[in-house]
Amino acid sequence: MAAVETDATGAGHEEDGVRRRDFINLAATSFAGVGAVAIALPLVNQMNPSADVLALASIEVDISKIPVGSAIKTEFRKQPLFVRHLNPEEIKAAEDTKVDSLRDPQSLEDRTKGKKEWLVTMGVCTHLGCVPLGAGAGELKGEFGGYFCPCHGSHYDTAGRIMKGPAPKNLEVPEYAFASDTVIKVG
Amino acid sequence: MVRIIAFLVGLFFSGMLGYSAIRTGYTMVTEPAAPTAEEEFHQHVKPVSFSFEGPTGHYDRAQLQRGLQVYHEVCKACHGLTQVAFRDLEALGYAEGQVKTIAAEYNVPSLNPETGEAETRKGTPADKFPSPFANDIAAKAANNGAVPPDLSLMAKARHGGPEYVYSLLTGYQAQQPEELLKKFPDSKTGPGLHYNPYFANLNLAMAPPLPIDDAETDRKAKDVAAFLMWAAEPKLENRHKSGIPAMIFLILFTWLTYMSYQVIWADKKKH
Amino acid sequence: MSFPWANHYEPQHPFMRYMDEKLPLPRFIYNAIGGGYPVPRNLNYFWNFGVLSGAALMLQIITGIVLAMHFAANSGVAFDSVEHIMRDVNSGWLMRYAHANGASMFFIVVYVHIFRGLFYGSYKPPREVVWLLGIVIFLLMMATAFMGYVLPWGQMSFWGAKVITGLFGAIPVVGEPIQTWLLGGFSPDNAALNRFFSLHYLLPFVILGVVILHVWALHIPGSSNPTGVPVKSEEDTVPFHPYYTAKDGFGLGVFLIVFATLVFFAPNFLGEPDNYIKANPMSTPANIVPEWYFWPFYAILRAFTFDFFFVPAKLLGVLAMFASILLLLFLPWIDTSPVRSGSYRPLFKKFFWFGLVPCIIVLGYCGGSHATNGVVLVSQLASVYYFAHFLIILPIVSRIEKTLPLPNSITESVLGAPAVA
Repeated sequence: MAAVETDATGAGHEEDGVRRRDFINLAATSFAGVGAVAIALPLVNQMNPSADVLALASIEVDISKIPVGSAIKTEFRKQPLFVRHLNPEEIKAAEDTKVDSLRDPQSLEDRTKGKKEWLVTMGVCTHLGCVPLGAGAGELKGEFGGYFCPCHGSHYDTAGRIMKGPAPKNLEVPEYAFASDTVIKVG
Repeated sequence: MVRIIAFLVGLFFSGMLGYSAIRTGYTMVTEPAAPTAEEEFHQHVKPVSFSFEGPTGHYDRAQLQRGLQVYHEVCKACHGLTQVAFRDLEALGYAEGQVKTIAAEYNVPSLNPETGEAETRKGTPADKFPSPFANDIAAKAANNGAVPPDLSLMAKARHGGPEYVYSLLTGYQAQQPEELLKKFPDSKTGPGLHYNPYFANLNLAMAPPLPIDDAETDRKAKDVAAFLMWAAEPKLENRHKSGIPAMIFLILFTWLTYMSYQVIWADKKKH
Repeated sequence: MSFPWANHYEPQHPFMRYMDEKLPLPRFIYNAIGGGYPVPRNLNYFWNFGVLSGAALMLQIITGIVLAMHFAANSGVAFDSVEHIMRDVNSGWLMRYAHANGASMFFIVVYVHIFRGLFYGSYKPPREVVWLLGIVIFLLMMATAFMGYVLPWGQMSFWGAKVITGLFGAIPVVGEPIQTWLLGGFSPDNAALNRFFSLHYLLPFVILGVVILHVWALHIPGSSNPTGVPVKSEEDTVPFHPYYTAKDGFGLGVFLIVFATLVFFAPNFLGEPDNYIKANPMSTPANIVPEWYFWPFYAILRAFTFDFFFVPAKLLGVLAMFASILLLLFLPWIDTSPVRSGSYRPLFKKFFWFGLVPCIIVLGYCGGSHATNGVVLVSQLASVYYFAHFLIILPIVSRIEKTLPLPNSITESVLGAPAVA
């Protein structure tokens, strides 16, 4: 080995030899470190959603059979999704509310996609994730006629906005679009 | 004491085995095992060269698409591909819309959302290729008692892999060799069976899926073999792609550790 | 440890001094695999395989924990969940191929490690307890590997489970109840799969515990060396770190190159195609074979084809297979030669390289082959030699052999005797 030669040739070159030796040891150790990180990455990444889970990430919902004034509960990303066909009174109630006075100021227009009668929200209370009541037939709708979360008493209005109770935000509106007049594509 | 017991145990086992060996040898001489038709006529797979072989091998997208076509036209009536999802087909070079179209050509089992009764619906990209039969009993009933195996892992589940698939598909012979019939008159291919020297016991229930004398058969067999290899090992390309840099890294790392080992030991090896 | 010249751990940083007072883990590591463990300076590359075995164990534990996050131990879905790992889980194919081939790598390095011990007489006093613990680790490894192979629930998994638990059925009277108890049924099914998964997760940590004992017991007398001559002076040793950490780093690099070649370019080379077919209790594969690392023992099992008076052949095969491993436990007392290293034992060396090594390779070949009469005959002859080697030849050789003169010290074996220079 070259290093051995340098070491042996005398005191003048000794420092070079030491520097070279330190460099090689440092390089080997750094490589080991880089290798360990390269191995750690897939070990961490494997916990992310797998391909089959991501494949279910977008769904199509047929809304043609939802009568005015009622709602359906369906499943999106293993969580409940509410699709509500608002009646004119509900739309009016939502529009009459002053946006500025709200905890999470949003108008009905902000929360729908052009068609004000269709309110699509996640059925997940923004407080701690319970499923609010109000989508199923005969369920409590809370003081504001929208949704009511029984866990800690959050009341949502007919636009799914938080009006009263501990929840900090309005019910989340997922990414969606109207694929046709009767079908929405969520996700 | 240990040694005496060990010695006796050793004598016991060695003696027993020696005695068994003599009896085995005697049997081999007095009653030599009769050769069987399988031993003499079974053939090894034909060597085929595929694009995915070797450390830099990758799939030929056009070939996989043609292979899928063959599966679609020839195999799917009897064989499922239940581990493969339609969304996986994007790896064959299809766009999202094309995958949707392909998926919609298959009917997958589902439940009627109103009545809860079993029915079928058109496939979506998230679905897997359906099995053509509801269950093994139905498969048996429809195929003379033989269940057509699922093809998802076929290219890894047989010795020879994709070459076996190719050999089997191109290996059918309309007539058994006369030599075979002369030597083993009992081995005549039974009713409902088909002679194929690449199949383990020479006769299989599957009728030739590709016509025996057809110019296209060879290409189709190769294409579907490649497709089934992809179906069995869809991550082959990822494996090769990450394998090459991993090897280069490890060789550099090993070289550095060797250098490090040498410099650290320099003063201990010389005096 | 027992060497007076061993370096002493002296923490410099105040935090390390605090640690040393409250929880002296750094001191423990320093004395175990750091500068505080003096090791003979003449170890050859065979001595790398102990550390490599430890590395392989860690590799299996890490990849195993990751796989357990995605695997479903239920006979209805186990096979599909493995395919889910292979196809959909992020880097799942890498984890699974690393785990499957990691098992093979583990056995390769452990076998070299065992053969190192056999050739250089590492089992002899004062290290007999190290050897005994090593055999315990080997038995636990075999059990773990067997149960792990059942988990993917392929054809070989199923029939392997059936055949191996069937071995217990050979025991007279209690055999069949034991087999039923092991499986939790009359044939491998969900109950068996679940308990095998549970134990397959547990046993590696038991192995880890016994490995710690194995290394601890080693540190009392210190490592052996290729001459078998005990350490006499400080000159005979070097501190483990940096000398052997550097050498083991290089060994690890070579190990990883071989491992990566298998994982990335031939992941199914050592596997059996039949295990890619879902378990089917109604159809037996043409040739049931275990993984390659069990082939020699499988050959011994199959070598017994004839009853002996009232003892059925099946029972004899089972007894012989267990005896072939358990006899290693008695090796320290069977081999009485005062010389430790095979290098200085001309007769022992001949029997080792021309008897034992080819015998085990032949047994391995036979164990992996279809059991025709010819294969059975060869495995019978090789098994005769296997038992004779350890139980008959070794004691006789130890007694009659004229050994070669040993070097005066380890240093002399490295640098040459002063008189010669």
